[in-house]
Amino acid sequence: MLEINNLSAKVDKKTILNGLSLKIKPGEVHAIMGPNGSGKSTLANVLSGKKGYEISGKVNYDDKDLFELAIEERAHRGLFLAFQYPLEIPGVNTSNFLKTSLNAIRKSNGKKQLDALEFLKIVKQKASELKIDEKILHRQLNVGFSGGEKKKNEILQMSLIEPKMAILDETDSGLDIDALKIVAKGVNALRNKKRSFLIITHYQRLLDYIKPDFVHVLMKGKIAKSGCMELAEELEKAGYEKI
Amino acid sequence: MREKEINKLKDYKYGFTTDIENIKAPKGLNKEVIKFISEAKNEPKWMLEWRMKAYERLKNLKEPNWQKPKYPKINYQNIYYYSAPKGTSNKPKSIDELDPKILETYKKLGIPLQEQQRLNGIAVDAVFDSVSVATTFKDKLNEVGVIFCPISEAIQKHPDLVKKYLGTVIPITDHYFATLNSAVFTDGSFVYIPKGVRCPMELSTYFRINASQTGQFERTLIIADEGSYVSYLEGCTAPMRDENQLHAANVELIALDDAEIKYSTVQNWYPGDEDGKGGIYNFVTKRGLCKGKNSKISWTQVETGSAITWKYPSCILRGDNSVGEFYSIAITNNHQKADTGTKMTHIGKNTKSKIISKGISAGYADNTYRGLVDINKNANNSRNYTQCDSLLIGNKCGAHTVPYIRNKNSLTNVEHEATTSKISDEQLFYCNQRGLNQEEAVSLIVNGFCKEVLQQLPMEFAVEAQKLVSISLEGSVG
Ligand SMILES: Nc1ncnc2c1ncn2[C@@H]1O[C@H](COP(=O)(O)OP(=O)(O)OP(=O)(O)O)[C@@H](O)[C@H]1O
Ligand SMILES: [Mg+2]
Repeated sequence: MLEINNLSAKVDKKTILNGLSLKIKPGEVHAIMGPNGSGKSTLANVLSGKKGYEISGKVNYDDKDLFELAIEERAHRGLFLAFQYPLEIPGVNTSNFLKTSLNAIRKSNGKKQLDALEFLKIVKQKASELKIDEKILHRQLNVGFSGGEKKKNEILQMSLIEPKMAILDETDSGLDIDALKIVAKGVNALRNKKRSFLIITHYQRLLDYIKPDFVHVLMKGKIAKSGCMELAEELEKAGYEKI
Repeated sequence: MREKEINKLKDYKYGFTTDIENIKAPKGLNKEVIKFISEAKNEPKWMLEWRMKAYERLKNLKEPNWQKPKYPKINYQNIYYYSAPKGTSNKPKSIDELDPKILETYKKLGIPLQEQQRLNGIAVDAVFDSVSVATTFKDKLNEVGVIFCPISEAIQKHPDLVKKYLGTVIPITDHYFATLNSAVFTDGSFVYIPKGVRCPMELSTYFRINASQTGQFERTLIIADEGSYVSYLEGCTAPMRDENQLHAANVELIALDDAEIKYSTVQNWYPGDEDGKGGIYNFVTKRGLCKGKNSKISWTQVETGSAITWKYPSCILRGDNSVGEFYSIAITNNHQKADTGTKMTHIGKNTKSKIISKGISAGYADNTYRGLVDINKNANNSRNYTQCDSLLIGNKCGAHTVPYIRNKNSLTNVEHEATTSKISDEQLFYCNQRGLNQEEAVSLIVNGFCKEVLQQLPMEFAVEAQKLVSISLEGSVG
């Protein structure tokens, strides 16, 4: 699904990712942990196509050279990023944004556009599954949302879009216990043989609910250590110093 | 070169020219030309005298220069003040007699004039250069006593109404462009809604500039008698040309006791090319008088075209409890410039005004909101609420807000809010990540930004306007 080879990324001559390699097969769930500033969000941004990085290395996504694809093309091909800090867009109605996004992706995949009613039915159902208050759908996108509401809104979008490869950047940070379970539930509900996840987190707790296949530690711009759930437990106890 | 032309036409699809034979007044501004216009329109003597008075006055006036957009000096002697397709002046108008080229033009513009294709529920007056070429649904409107006709026809057929109201809101001595218009105005619409009548359909005028080196001097007069209601919309387009053409309009609205006028504009004159060459100078005077008690005038404008837009649709709130509203979207892209806003003059007691302005600037464009809330000393319990928001796309454009408040009464409430924001790269990235391309993302954000104003438009036009907003900003990022 995703094969990262010797990926480096610089901003203003400062190296942030430094020869990172990682392979994610269809159906696998990978977790990435690592200290603040180690480059986790940068990895997520580079993969989804954010501009402003000087990049070297190779990334293959779904049998394509990822860097040949525009940001929206990556999205059309099933790459999804749940943002660490979802953006506020004043004036834009949340429900309308979700519908426009979903329809843009459906259109690029030759699927029929959903009309307002069809969409409403689906979004209401997903929202109730995720215990998201429908009221946020009528508000301006992320404007005045609480931290938790913003994160849940990202998961709602993920469950609408049903991506092939979902990257979650600290979606669990700042969530209460119930919300954390909702996020985990959102991920687990989508999990299948074809769909892959890359979950960036600081805490073992989310991983307890999701049970990833692999856990990696990102330090100084590369994968410093890989393992399974036990690695996350170790880190929780001893921190990053020993690695 | 050709390819460039074709590409341009894609951007501004109204940019074509209709090849048609015109009757023109000789170039230049003088008494002979004014006489020519008056004769071509079969005007009574009093109208010619009125024009001449304006012309005399004009000699002592100077062009205003306090506005932000500057422009090269206009040579007023190098303009045609009257141009009409052959066979359209003087004749009784039946749509069947119209030159098929004109019919085709309006069809291409999406405004079919023929019986069978007419827009449902919307009566259209079609103004082509200096003449009204057709007015639809006249008979149906007549049944309820609504008069909707070209102003040139009203001068002949309803002289009492015209004499009573023309120039009462915008005096002929008002300022340079208003006075110029009073001297040389050619056509525009006349609307009279009788007492207690709710106009059964939307009225609209479609202004088209076609001939080159020709100025368009529109004159529109709308009178809503006691307890009546009318919703009126104007649309405007012009061919793509390297020259700048002048559209200097005067629009006067009068609302008597308990009457309401809703006036909407979708202005899409040719804006010039991406280097700022050509385009219309849209210098317009629009003013509404809430003459009677409990009357209401509401202006809604979507200004996306023109090289320079310079206008302040205003309300004089004379009647007690009268209400004035101004909802505006002004979009400037490439090298376009806009200096627009409103003037709310509170004279009566308990008068209320509301101003919602959304300015969007992209490319190298410059966008100014300029407004005046003027509260006179007897306007007890008056209120104004003003909200001016500016949105910038890119970092080479400008946005300015110049709100004046003149308050001579302490028993009033004036509120003002203003914001300036920028479409950030982060916001665009977020939208792109969710599958929207740059243009879709900008369109979504901008339409969200303007929503409050778009909602004010009559339903039939809201969708069109929304599309127009998106198209005007194409190519503004990335
Ligand atoms: N545009 C930028 N300009 C300058 N420095 C940057 C930029 N983007 C990231 N950095 C720096 O790169 C480093 C890695 O940032 P990144 O956001 O990827 O870290 P992270 O692992 O996600 O951290 P956290 O756990 O705190 O979210 C940090 O030191 C950050 O300050
Ligand atoms: Mg981060």
